[in-house]
Formats: sequence, C-alpha cells, structure tokens
Amino acid sequence: MRTPLHEQHVELGAKIVPFAGWEMPVTYEGIREEHSAVRRHAGMFDVSHMGQVEVEGPGALAFLQRVLSNDVARINVGGAQYSLLCNEDGGVIDDLFAYRLGVDRYLIVTNAANHETDLAWLGRQSREFDVLVRDVADRYAMLAVQGPHARDVVSRALRIELPPRFHVSHVQIGRRPAQACGTGYTGEEGVELLLDPEVATPIWAELLDAGVVPCGLGARDTLRLEVCYPLHGNELSPERNPVEAGLGWCCKEETHFIGAEAVARARAEGTAEQLVAFKIEGQGIPREGNPVMAGEEQVGTVTSGTYSPSLELGAGMAYVRSELAEVGTEVEIDVRGKRRPARIASKPLYAKRS
Amino acid sequence: MATGSSEGTYPDGLRYHEEHDWARIEGDRATLGITWYAQDSLGEVVFFDSPEVGATIQKDSSYAEVESVKAVSDVIAPLSGEVVEVNDALQDSPEKVNEDPYGEGWLVKVRLTSPQESETLLGVAEYRKMLDR
Repeated sequence: MRTPLHEQHVELGAKIVPFAGWEMPVTYEGIREEHSAVRRHAGMFDVSHMGQVEVEGPGALAFLQRVLSNDVARINVGGAQYSLLCNEDGGVIDDLFAYRLGVDRYLIVTNAANHETDLAWLGRQSREFDVLVRDVADRYAMLAVQGPHARDVVSRALRIELPPRFHVSHVQIGRRPAQACGTGYTGEEGVELLLDPEVATPIWAELLDAGVVPCGLGARDTLRLEVCYPLHGNELSPERNPVEAGLGWCCKEETHFIGAEAVARARAEGTAEQLVAFKIEGQGIPREGNPVMAGEEQVGTVTSGTYSPSLELGAGMAYVRSELAEVGTEVEIDVRGKRRPARIASKPLYAKRS
Repeated sequence: MATGSSEGTYPDGLRYHEEHDWARIEGDRATLGITWYAQDSLGEVVFFDSPEVGATIQKDSSYAEVESVKAVSDVIAPLSGEVVEVNDALQDSPEKVNEDPYGEGWLVKVRLTSPQESETLLGVAEYRKMLDR
C-alpha cells in the first residue's frame, strides 16, 4: 500500500522500503541528518501507515476502560492518553494513544502492523457494550512534525492553534476538518496531524517550504530508541507483559481492564526478565536479536539496537534477567560473534540538556 | 530506491568484484574498498569493523564489516592475501567511505597470495553493465 504522500517521497529521492505492508520512506538525505534536524529544529514524518479506529456511543467509556490498560476516565474531552491493549494473560496486543474527541467519542491510533488485529479484537470485545467501533484509517493521512521548533513552524505555516502536550483539538487544515494532537514518538516537542488525505500533498509542501525537514522511518527509529520508547514487535508483544516492559505505570488494575489480573500478579511477584537500556562501551553496534552475555551464559536478548546519532555510540534495549537489570551492571553483547562490553544504562538513553 | 549506476562514479584502472568491492592492484600489493554503489545502498557509514594487520583474507569471503545507522554489510574480499595495512583514519571518520570511496575511504592494503585471481575480476565497463541489469 502507498500513503497519499508517496509521490512526494519519490520526488524527494527517498529510499523506499516495505514496512507492515506499506511502501514507506526510510530516509531522504541520511538518517543522521534527519535525526539531528528533529533534535535541533523540526522534522516531519509521513506516518499515514498508522491506523485509526473511532469508538463512539453511550458505552464508549465503559468499553475502553475494559480494553485499555490505563484509566480512560481520566481523559477529558480534548485529552490524550497512552495505553496498552492487553489480552487475558496480560500480553500486549498493541500500544496506542487514545484521544477523546467528544463526550462519547474517542479516536485511537494503532500501529500499522497491528491495525487489523486490533480491529478484530476491539470488534469482538465491543459486543457487550453500547458502542460502535469503526475503522477510519482511510479517512486520514497522518503527519508527525517533531522538534524544538515544530510547534511554532506548524502553527505559523498552517495558521492554526495547537493543543498543549497530550491534548487534541479539532482544527481546519487546508480548509478541511482535521485533528491536531500534542503527541509524538521522538522525545521532542511536536504535533501529530490527522489530515484529510486530499490535502496531504499541499500541506506537506507548505511545511517543506517553511523549512521542516522530511524524515524517514530510519530516524523515527533512532529517535524513539534514544528516549527508550518501546516499539511493538520489538520491545512489546503478546508474549510480554507490561510490567517486564517497564510499562506498569500505564496499567491501572482497579479499572478491571482485560489482563488486569495478570498484570497485578506480575507486579506482585516480579518478573523473570526486565526491559533495560544499555550502551556499548567502546566499539560495536548492537542489533536486534544479539545475545546479552554474562560470562559464558546468555542472560538476555537485544530487542532494538542501533548506532545512536546523539550519543555517537552503539546503544539499545534488551530483555535481561531481572537480577542483572540494575543500572551500571556490566554485560557483554554478542554482536555477530564479537563480544562487545556494555553497561546497563538509565532510561532515557538521551535526555535533552535543559 | 537504489539510485542507478549513472549517478555513481567508477574509476577506470580499478578491478571490480560483483559484491561491489574494488581493488587497486600494484604488483603483488592491492588496496581494497567498497564501490560507490555499495556505500550508497548502505547509507552513512558509522563503523568500520576492520581485520587485524596480518590477517589472511580469502577471495569471495567476508573480511570486514561496514555498518550504517540501520544496516550491517559484510565486506567481501575481491582477492586473497594478507592484510598489511588498515585504514585507521576510518575509526574516527568512517564517513570517508561515503565521501571518497576510492580515495580516503579505502579499507585495507593486502599482499596478494594469488595475484592471478585478478583475472576473474570485472573491468569498469563490465561492472557498470552488471549494475544496470
């Protein structure tokens, strides 16, 4: 599948790769350049591959409270909240943002690879509730504009007022209704715009003219990894519970969401493994799947690894035995047969100098 | 996607291997590196995992790795030999592999153990033809 901005990517000379059934730009001018544009100025990502699901009806809150791990009742109209979609065992089906558009109307944004699974799960769970679950992915193009200057540039170029962080507001973009969301996946200030696909091209062009740097999935991954945001399929999966992933904070068992009992148990008993961040000490770049070693014993596995453009070293996240999860613990990463010394680091790996 | 060979540069006088490596042969010595096409496909090189001086390298086998932010690529030896020098400047400036793949971005120098192997390598016209296919 192609996003409404596919032609623009090709025109800019993007390197296009398959991703979750989509043809997506991985980079335009180079991952490092794009990465630093977001850390220092403003970059934009076509994330139209992400899915949108609308949940509407008198039972919307009760339904979402049941399927989402966080306390949905705490989202006011115009609010946004990070949450997990868990199965009965507490395994993570997807991680997502829920936006409250109206009293009985919510929008959730799913990962592209999980959109169909999420829809099927939500559809099945919704039967006992007075609610309508609608796939609205076709109605939106999605543009994430991120970086210290992103909000300024967007509000000026598109002449709109932006909601504060973790809020959503209904706006007009390109004379069409749109949603502006104060969220992102880079650790920087920014907005995510849910646009009418018909106006995606002119809006992209306007932001380009305003100096926003087009960025691909490559930089999106290095940016999120530096701030230790999990990626479903790497750090999160139906076989991993939120507690071992360090996401206990967005699980509110008192709301009795599906999976709450399993999460409560993991919280009380502890987990065999924990998700940690680590930095390579010296040379080497860790990659997904590399074994984490303590002596001759494998004690974990790298879930995401990269060269960190901000830190200028190899870094990543890994599941390791809980007794080795403490910050400062020395381990080795087996990078294709070469042992690379590494140390468990505090999250996030990269923090903005204030 | 991969920009065609037309954008790349491929100097005359080098011998090319179909795994996108080049060799500059001078007597029983050769300087080795990766081609414009290889560095362009890989993206910005951030790490050159080099062999040691003295290591033996085998034609058609991997002797080193170059890594970009997102990808790792084996470097295939176009010829067999013993490594006599490694481009240490790449430890601090691996981006030279992108900026100047046939000059400052060279990877290793070897003493050839089977100089006749060079006959199996491609000339520039043949290599370009392969890229265009």
